[in-house]
Amino acid sequence: MSIPAIRNDWAVMAIFTVAVLTAPLWLAPIGANYPDLLQKFAIFGIFAIGFNILFGLTGYLSFGHAVFLGVGSYTAVWSFKLLTMNVLPAVVFGTLMGGVFAVLIGYVSLRRSGIYFSILTLAFAQMSYNLAYSVLTPITNGETGLQITMNDARILDGPVGDGLPSTTLFGLEMSGYSGFYFCATMLIIAFFISLRIFRSPFGLKLKAIKSNQTRMKYTGFNTRPYLLVAFVISGMFAGLAGSLMAITDPLAGAERMQWTASGEVVLMTILGGTGTLIGPLLGVGIIKYFENIFSALNEAGLHEFFAFMPDWLENIVVAVSSEFVGEGWHLTLGVLFMLVVIFLPGGVMEGIRRTTAVVRNLSKGPEKKAAESVGKE
Amino acid sequence: MSESNIVLNIRNVNKTFGGLHALGDINLEIEEGKTHAIIGPNGAGKSTLLNVCIGRLVPDSGTVEFEGQNMIGMQPHEINHAGMVRVFQTPEIFPDLSVIENVMVPALAKRDGIFKFNAFSSMAGEKQIADEALHVLEDLGLGALVNQHAGSMSRGDKRRLELAMGLIQHPRLLLLDEPTAGMARHDTNRTIDLLKKIKERGMTKIIIEHDMHVVFSLADTISVLAQGCIIASGTPDEIRGNPKVQEAYLGGAEL
Repeated sequence: MSIPAIRNDWAVMAIFTVAVLTAPLWLAPIGANYPDLLQKFAIFGIFAIGFNILFGLTGYLSFGHAVFLGVGSYTAVWSFKLLTMNVLPAVVFGTLMGGVFAVLIGYVSLRRSGIYFSILTLAFAQMSYNLAYSVLTPITNGETGLQITMNDARILDGPVGDGLPSTTLFGLEMSGYSGFYFCATMLIIAFFISLRIFRSPFGLKLKAIKSNQTRMKYTGFNTRPYLLVAFVISGMFAGLAGSLMAITDPLAGAERMQWTASGEVVLMTILGGTGTLIGPLLGVGIIKYFENIFSALNEAGLHEFFAFMPDWLENIVVAVSSEFVGEGWHLTLGVLFMLVVIFLPGGVMEGIRRTTAVVRNLSKGPEKKAAESVGKE
Repeated sequence: MSESNIVLNIRNVNKTFGGLHALGDINLEIEEGKTHAIIGPNGAGKSTLLNVCIGRLVPDSGTVEFEGQNMIGMQPHEINHAGMVRVFQTPEIFPDLSVIENVMVPALAKRDGIFKFNAFSSMAGEKQIADEALHVLEDLGLGALVNQHAGSMSRGDKRRLELAMGLIQHPRLLLLDEPTAGMARHDTNRTIDLLKKIKERGMTKIIIEHDMHVVFSLADTISVLAQGCIIASGTPDEIRGNPKVQEAYLGGAEL
């Protein structure tokens, strides 16, 4: 609240759009400006924004949102195999299929609330993951993962030349920066939709459900359809994110549905700030950026970094810190997450809010004192 | 009675919890435009009766007819839209929303019905709803608090907010569960004045109340509930003079 609230939605959208499209420039100083990572930011950003529409607005914590991610990926690859290498239909079908699965899973899971809802969504996710690995192999290609091959129909594309075709947007190849900008456009659209929902009567009703669902019923609302719609929207966002994962590298595997993937989006949202518009995106940025840095570090790198220390100290420090990098990056993430949840339950956004409040008080201080002394005279 | 319009007609309602007879054969008729008070000692079944009316509890037998329609088995949100609205004793507000949003949500319920997917219109454009909410809040003396966080209000203010949430829906019948409990004296008087004002507008009300001052200032008719049964019904004067009531409820004290 104490952040200068920009009331005009169009101003928010303009700033957001510029920030996303210029990301390759302003992320350059921290070395995060290569297309692969940028694209990851955008895709997980969409995933987290969608998750936040459910969790942030209604308070229903889904532990199975990776299902929709996986469904989106499989659908996109099937679109590449059967229809065309154009990414647009792949993304549209991926989103829709995410929605279809969300209707089915949401309809059953939303019969319960709280922890039981979370467990139901987790059960569905694990079920889907195991099915994708085993029984559904004809559709998912099991452990190998679903890929495009030379023999695919691709009825809209006509015969191809030598080698596997690559994904395109009406002829523009979806690799490098073009891939990022396509995902960035989708992110901007997703953010716009989320912004409108947050500021709408529908969004207010969802927030009221989170605040006191019992009261909503006695206020004249049937809360079930509201929750289902929120669930389906967030499922579609996840489906979109999943299909975008397949656009540069047309490959879909069952591990995308694993519970760790569902857990990751929960972490991102809480870390950034549940129920805020920007928070989930900050969470995505922080987790994906540090994952990139820390998981790439190794012992040699650490020795170099701590070379200024005396040898005996350097060895100890490296021995300890090496547990936190490379494969051990999740340990860092765990510690980071614990610190945020304990000290900043509102996530990074709460941190920003507190800091601005302190700064404002400090800058107000002298003026106030001056005014008081004038009053005394 | 025959000429007037019966809004709520409770017939032979029974409810037991385990072995406890919470409501025993309750019969009650509420006339349009009247304020009916239900009084009785703690545990007499007053709140149970309200819960049966708004669909929170289903009675073992009997009917609750609201404007000629049986309410038994209907969902709480359907009963709300039929026009029977309850104001809760312990404030059931939306603690995470602002004060004005708390009142705008029931106003939206009235306008949008049970479900409406208006995700792409803006709350900032809901001028009419906002004006209406502001008006009701000012009526209740909460005009200065509109942008405050509802969860951080004082208990008395929460009670008044609760009342505002009921009033903005313009119910055909308003059920008030101890509207002044926990309020300071001057707040109580203010609430009485407000409820009188509402009465002049012709709103039918049922009030459950402990405070005799409130009951006798507002009620047209009173029913006395003791151990799940109505032991007396009548005008305030009749109730005041009824020896059975004095014994069961007032312990012989002078009213």
